[in-house]
Amino acid sequence: MLKRVHFPTSALPYLLVAPQIIITLIFFIWPASQAVYQSFLIEDAFGLSSEFVWFENFQILFEDSQYLETFWRTILFSAAVAVLSMGSALILAAFADRVVRGATTYRTLLIWPYAVAPVLAGALWVFMFNPTLGIFPYILEFIGIDWNHYLNGGQAMTLVIFAAAWKQIAYNFLFYLAAMQSIPRSLIEAAAIDGAGPVRRFWDHIFPLISPTTFFLLVINAVYAFFDTFGIIHAVTQGGPANSTTILVYKVFNDGFVGLDLGGSAAQSVILMILVIAMTVVQFRYVERKVEY
Amino acid sequence: MTHFKTVLFGALAAGMTAGVASAQTEINWWHAMGGTNGERVDKIAADFNASQSDYKIVPSYKGNYTETMTAAVAAFRAKEHPHLVQVFEVGTATMMAAKGAIYPVEQMMKDAGESFDKGDYLPAVISYYQTPEGELLSMPFNSSTPVLWYNADALKAAGVEAPKTWDDVKTVSKALVDNGMDCGVSFGWQSWVMLENYSSWHNMEMGTKENGFAGFDTEFTFSQNDKLAARLDDVAAMSEGNLFKYGGRRGDSLPMFTNGECGMWMNSSAYYGSIKSQAEFEFGQTMLPLDTAAADAPQNSIIGGATLWALAGHESEEYKGLAQFMTYLSSAEVQAWWHQETGYVPITTAAWELSKDQGFYDSNPGTDTAIKQLSLNTPTANSRGIRFGNFVQVRDVINEEMEALWAGDKTAQEALDAAAERGNALLRKFERSAK
Repeated sequence: MLKRVHFPTSALPYLLVAPQIIITLIFFIWPASQAVYQSFLIEDAFGLSSEFVWFENFQILFEDSQYLETFWRTILFSAAVAVLSMGSALILAAFADRVVRGATTYRTLLIWPYAVAPVLAGALWVFMFNPTLGIFPYILEFIGIDWNHYLNGGQAMTLVIFAAAWKQIAYNFLFYLAAMQSIPRSLIEAAAIDGAGPVRRFWDHIFPLISPTTFFLLVINAVYAFFDTFGIIHAVTQGGPANSTTILVYKVFNDGFVGLDLGGSAAQSVILMILVIAMTVVQFRYVERKVEY
Repeated sequence: MTHFKTVLFGALAAGMTAGVASAQTEINWWHAMGGTNGERVDKIAADFNASQSDYKIVPSYKGNYTETMTAAVAAFRAKEHPHLVQVFEVGTATMMAAKGAIYPVEQMMKDAGESFDKGDYLPAVISYYQTPEGELLSMPFNSSTPVLWYNADALKAAGVEAPKTWDDVKTVSKALVDNGMDCGVSFGWQSWVMLENYSSWHNMEMGTKENGFAGFDTEFTFSQNDKLAARLDDVAAMSEGNLFKYGGRRGDSLPMFTNGECGMWMNSSAYYGSIKSQAEFEFGQTMLPLDTAAADAPQNSIIGGATLWALAGHESEEYKGLAQFMTYLSSAEVQAWWHQETGYVPITTAAWELSKDQGFYDSNPGTDTAIKQLSLNTPTANSRGIRFGNFVQVRDVINEEMEALWAGDKTAQEALDAAAERGNALLRKFERSAK
């Protein structure tokens, strides 16, 4: 017979985890379940009459060519933002890694944009690129570019991509710099002694060694572009012109809060919820295992 | 010590206010008037509160029109809604459909025993907010209509007169551009100005069922209006040589007019205050241009802006105060003041007369353009307004399709067809949800 050790049961552990559980239930599980429920309804704005329709809201979405276009647009937008912001951050970090004097100042300055709220970042870009009053359209005119992002969807998309990427550079920069500084100096020095120049050392040693960070940042940036760029888009283009900058999360807002189509909007958020769950799973299953901190 | 006194007095003052407030019945008014207009709203409420001691109107700014309406809807679902909310004209169908949520203003005035005569109000203003049977659902507050604004200095320099027809608009634009201006004409709120008002101005229908007034099973017919398509194609063709330049949705193109880039601008008469403070040139306003191919004479334009909706579910005593406030709000003095300060049209004939007597139009020529446009003729089924469900989204659809037209991706007919098709889908969705 095994002797089992019995501890007197105590409420203490339950009490200690309770706040966490309660917060999760109230702020995550409850709203999420509401969204799922709402996505099965077709309802008027005031909630006076509602009809339970199972998956019809989803069916309407996937038959809507506009929604599918939004899907592709979001993927394009996220990819562009991730590549642009990670690429710039990588270059900046590679240089910052070599800076000897004034490194702290340089780093601090680079981190600043991260402290700017998305809506403010958007407002800054709106001022700089206002077709009538902005400084950039004025400069662009000299090289023959007629800038009007109110009318030109491509230009509007470019603008929000730049604004969103700019905002994220600081974050990526921090991670890249930390990753580069954790590479043992002896490795780099050995390569230098073998005659590898800075570019060669970067591509052959530094870049492969920081690849876990790159993968981690890729997921983070994708999530950022998918969900946190709402403020920028709202401030810069409000999804226009002709929907050319409407990404999934903006469409949720627009259909739900502007159009008061709660069922359709809820169905879209459920789809987004599934997407973010998928991304998180990828991050935990794949990335966490490979990143060497 | 002084600091302590300040705190003490502060506390005392707060206590006293609270004491007074509890003796009064508070009535909450959610509105969407920011900036200077917000201060004017506060003044109206403060003046009303000072005029009697039973009720206290508490105005709160809830963001732009869309945000205010969404806030009210959310509050209603949480049973925390205000007594009075300002809703823009395109939200009318949604509000109307919410039968249990609204308290028709005419009914409310009657129940509260407040005298109320619809005949005092301008027909073109209240016709937008009546049921087919003629019951007034909400109280007009800030109403405007699109007019054609022009840069008088630039027109003079180019040696041309303000346009009366669309042919004139083209001639004048050409003259302005030839005289060195960047562009001739631009406009904002394009669905409202170029589609909704174009239709009413030329007495043409936008949709079946009297533009939606007679039932939610309405369908858009504006895509079958070949005069409209021809006009829009013509405007798009005017981009050639910058006779026309698109400057964005809503009022985004205002700077193009006020900094002297474009000589003419079609948009709400309520931009009067902004133009007055921003433009460094003489400006004027005139009636919307007539499309001579579409009609021999203009009918009347339709309004935009917002009305005040009473929401159901409060105490009858509170509605009594609200009814009194409605009477105060539509009194000639308040309306004339509001009209002269903001450029919104006065909603009663008395306020118009009062502004005339005060000599406002003599010292500010052109400021009566909007009201003249609205009262040009007795509104017809085509020109009394529009009532389409989901119209906020429909306007977005129209914006998108028109932007495709201005960008040269579509012809006017293609853009209108697409807008009508997508718009009809939204109408069907609304019809279903509003059962």
